[in-house]
Amino acid sequence: MKRLFFIFLFMLALPAPAFAIQPDEVLSDPALEARARAIGQELRCLVCQNQSIDDSDAELAHDLRLVVRARLKAGDSDAQVKHYIVARYGDYVLLKPPFKPETYILWLGPLALLLAAILGVVFFYCRRGVS
Amino acid sequence: MTRRLLFLLPIVVFSALVGFCALRLILVAHGHTPDLIPSVLVNHPAPAFDLPPLLADTPGLRTDDLKGKVTILNFFASTCVPCRAEHPLLAGLKGDGVTLAGIPYKNRSTDAASWLENAGDPYDAIGVDADSRTAIDFGVYGVPETYVIDRRGTIRFKQTGPLTPELIRQRLEPLIKELKK
Repeated sequence: MKRLFFIFLFMLALPAPAFAIQPDEVLSDPALEARARAIGQELRCLVCQNQSIDDSDAELAHDLRLVVRARLKAGDSDAQVKHYIVARYGDYVLLKPPFKPETYILWLGPLALLLAAILGVVFFYCRRGVS
Repeated sequence: MTRRLLFLLPIVVFSALVGFCALRLILVAHGHTPDLIPSVLVNHPAPAFDLPPLLADTPGLRTDDLKGKVTILNFFASTCVPCRAEHPLLAGLKGDGVTLAGIPYKNRSTDAASWLENAGDPYDAIGVDADSRTAIDFGVYGVPETYVIDRRGTIRFKQTGPLTPELIRQRLEPLIKELKK
């Protein structure tokens, strides 16, 4: 019982997800803000490189958050907003690389390796079975 | 016999991998570093901008100013040490038909102005990009960054990081010569 109580206390102490978004950046329309958050999570902060622009305190991340919100307010779709940023910073700004000819090795390489390994194992055991 | 060779396959593959990595390292040592983040804007038209002047005696900067001459556009900041390192080289880039333009990035105008007053102002034009939107349109993510823009207003080259005498000699000077033709 006492243990459960302490577990409960620890659960209360779990921190809320920490974002770098400043109060004055938040849009008054909750639906637009939710879309801005979803997009911000997918965009790389180019200064810190392994944080999304929502997680980063860098000034560039702040500027990009404002750009995302300005585009959404202007009526852009989520895809249009991302395209706007990619047109300036390249695919690198996307935390998840797009699936296109330059990235086929990246996406399909592990699968090809796995297939080759399975074929190798099957081949090995079939040969052994015969002899 | 073939089974013996198959046994060697992992070693061959591993050696090839080591060879590839060694080759890349040697290339980097010789200065063939791939751009940290390649610019997607090279061979695209420069974005539109209209920036007010920073100094009383140096004009501001507009997209239309790019037309008809080769422009070297340098994003800088008084607070950035590599910018100070490349600063003495900038004046040497100017010349007949070549404009040197500057945009302070994330730099208070008073700081940028007083630094140029002390270190010298090599720029033909300086535009104040107060909300950094022009920098974002150029894909700037740090300073210094330098762009070479041709007479039609197309970006032809981007340097991320400071200019060096070697880079100017090997890349910028031949490019500018070609663009001036």
